Amino acid sequence: MGKLKTYTRRAFLVGSAAVAGGVAFGAYLVARTPENPNLADLAEGEATFNPWVRIDASGITLITPHADIGQGAASMQAALIAEEMDLNWGDFRTDFGRPAAAYWNTAMAGDAAPVLPWDEGFGARAMRATMESVIKVVGLQGTGGSTSVPDSFVKLREAGAMARETLKAAASARTGISVADLRTEGGAVHLPDGTEISYTELAAEAAGIEPVHGTPLREPSEWRLIGQQMPRLDILAKSTGTQTYGLDIDLPDMARASVRMNPRKGGALNGFDASTAEGMPGVEQIVEITGGVAVVASNTWYAIQALDAIDFDWGEAPYPAEQADHWAALESGISDETLDSEWINDGDVDAIPADAVEVSAEYRAPYVAHQPLEPLNAIVLVEDDTVQVWTGHQIPRILQQQVAAITGHSADDVILHNQYSGGSFGHRLEFEYVKQAAEIALQLRGRPVKLTYSREEDFAQDFPRQITFARSRGAVRDGRVTSFDIQIAAPSVLGSQMGRIGFGAMGPDTQLPAGVWQQPYAFQNNRVRTYAVPGLSPVSSWRSVGASVGGFLAEGFLDELIHEAGADPLEERIRLCTLDEVSRLTLEAVGEMANWGESLPQGTGRGVALVHSFGVPCAQIVEVTDVDGAIRLDRVWVAADVGRVVDPVNFENIVQGGVIWGLGHAINSEITYTDGIADQTNYHSAEGMRMYQAPEVTVRGLENGAIRGIGEPPVPPAAPALANAIFAATGQRLREMPFWNHIDFV
Amino acid sequence: MQLNINGEAREVDVEPDMPLLWVLREELGLTGTKYGCGVAQCGACTVHIDGYAERSCQARVGDLEGTQITTIEGLGNPAALHAVQAAWVEHQVAQCGYCQSGQIMQAASLLSETPEPSDEDIDFAMSGNLCRCGTYPRIRAAIHTAARNMGG
Repeated sequence: MGKLKTYTRRAFLVGSAAVAGGVAFGAYLVARTPENPNLADLAEGEATFNPWVRIDASGITLITPHADIGQGAASMQAALIAEEMDLNWGDFRTDFGRPAAAYWNTAMAGDAAPVLPWDEGFGARAMRATMESVIKVVGLQGTGGSTSVPDSFVKLREAGAMARETLKAAASARTGISVADLRTEGGAVHLPDGTEISYTELAAEAAGIEPVHGTPLREPSEWRLIGQQMPRLDILAKSTGTQTYGLDIDLPDMARASVRMNPRKGGALNGFDASTAEGMPGVEQIVEITGGVAVVASNTWYAIQALDAIDFDWGEAPYPAEQADHWAALESGISDETLDSEWINDGDVDAIPADAVEVSAEYRAPYVAHQPLEPLNAIVLVEDDTVQVWTGHQIPRILQQQVAAITGHSADDVILHNQYSGGSFGHRLEFEYVKQAAEIALQLRGRPVKLTYSREEDFAQDFPRQITFARSRGAVRDGRVTSFDIQIAAPSVLGSQMGRIGFGAMGPDTQLPAGVWQQPYAFQNNRVRTYAVPGLSPVSSWRSVGASVGGFLAEGFLDELIHEAGADPLEERIRLCTLDEVSRLTLEAVGEMANWGESLPQGTGRGVALVHSFGVPCAQIVEVTDVDGAIRLDRVWVAADVGRVVDPVNFENIVQGGVIWGLGHAINSEITYTDGIADQTNYHSAEGMRMYQAPEVTVRGLENGAIRGIGEPPVPPAAPALANAIFAATGQRLREMPFWNHIDFV
Repeated sequence: MQLNINGEAREVDVEPDMPLLWVLREELGLTGTKYGCGVAQCGACTVHIDGYAERSCQARVGDLEGTQITTIEGLGNPAALHAVQAAWVEHQVAQCGYCQSGQIMQAASLLSETPEPSDEDIDFAMSGNLCRCGTYPRIRAAIHTAARNMGG
């Protein structure tokens, strides 16, 4: 099997990357348990049994270290702890906690290692174990890659069980009643005579007891919360305008700032003339920072107005100035010199029998901006001993390092107050805005500075999704798809992103083939090769990252092959889907949901796509109607297997949103460059989906596979399912996003 | 200048061309109204001015003396929800939640003019309000629920 034979080489690459990255380490380091960060500021009478629970006489605080960027991570984490701890839903506070190695992400290794998700062979397990050791030793706390649920699912229930059993031990010590005769419910220990002692009342005593380890977790049949709808903890605040986001924080004596950076991202500031801006209303100070200028004013709007009045002399872009040159670089980038990796080579894709029909095509996916609705913002206060930062961020400990490098403090003295974010989609994995706020705050030492981007600045400085060009070739024979060969050229996402924080290359970019090489289809002949093209725009993780493009490349072209074979799009996928049974069940489920095969009115068509990403097979059927030459989106059916649906209502919401995200951007969003500057400056030119276009989306969560997250997997199948539906309705094949450049939509 | 916001007279001292949005958020501390785009493309800053849904990023504060301004804080609060807010909670609409103040203000305006909106009415009224998380199916359902509960 070609999928196995390249392990040795990749294992070497990952292993050497660990050493080259400066993390050569011994087993003793891997075995070490990181310190509980709650101990650093524990008050008298306050108990903490592990990094996730704090109790004092005033209440219970659950630490939910995964950032909440809208996906409901805070509620999910609290539910897992509360399940075992026997807390009533909502009878506790949550806090994002302080950045700490104790919160290292136990699930990131699964997708960071270049192995197939269902592969449990020795090589695959060794690769994952190596990656996991690296992540633990460096203490990588991170939210991303749909890992919050798989990272939390066992360890947070264990944290809850540990807290519960320790509190029972404290009650036993107080009453002399054996632990075996105590039970817990509603945040209290219940004695055999019916007396209740609340956890908060036991906190001071429990603080002096060694935490009880090793209690077995409850069986699913005993769960009270997991699998049930829980009102999100933030739902009332988010329905009344009372949720505080980073942008809403006001501190005493806080300065308000906005920036104008070189719109040729990463280019230099050669000079500027602020003589007009200096005298404008509200302006307090104009300060130069690396690559741009900040205006400090009494109101952010004054700061933005003043920035508009500054004349700038910007340097050149460190990438091609014109969009056509980006495409040309990709097309010529499919060459032996830029080959990043060959991920699959099964059979012989070059030996096409005489009686087979060969099909070839080129696919393109543009740069796309993230643009969550809350513009990027951060508050930084630089003082002699510490730096405080208020912002929403997904990689808190790297943020500490990035800020410390600017202010000259040690990373441990950077105190992050993590915030709820008004969306991210990958945007809050980046650091530029925080670094800029730190540079300004360093010049206003002792005074908190809030940096707010204008929307135009946010568009201009956004590191977009990777642009991608693919050349595909396949064959069909006897009504079946027999061969699938694809070459994918793109700037390296991980190379660009990791490069900005000073990490070297970590071997081939696992995101470039994502959504393609994990496809669970057994083609007789199959080859997947990726090409990392240097010198293009900086790029970044965009909701579902590589798979957001890869799914379109793989499932769009497969649809062409199936059509050429004269087979049914769903039936042929099911026939090919022999590498992963969970995926096959997902395809079958979505077909059943949509009653696939039923007759449709003239002008209506359906398309299907399955994409396996972040360990989740997600299958979608999109139905569209051709209304006088314009496409109307009618309905979407989605089946996705995450092993266990923690909250069915939030699950449905996130899946619906992921589908709408995928569809909307496939239809109308791209970033293009002219003179090195993004042409799209606000939502009028890159809007994603609006209400009038949003179809009905029916969702089913399946529980046959491993425990996985759902933030990203609904995105990749949406674009190809839509393209395939449009083909079914109109006969027009779409091979390039955004689709509205090629066909009209209602 | 003097403004009437949520039934209270508020004094502000800013340039008359400052948009209401920035007065609410940074001069008066009413942060429930959100900055999203600044150019009337996203609807996150929607408030009611004399009962009409308006984009506060486009309303010069100098033009607003003598008007009645209602923000999300004046529509209802966690202890006393407006029917639209109650429907938002019932349908668990919010994800990141950042657009929802504007969505709710727009929906309340729609229902005051059209007590029994069709899906088409909802699409027409709400398509100026972006939700990057894609909660549109739930917004649609919540508006129908609110309409029923308001006796529409």
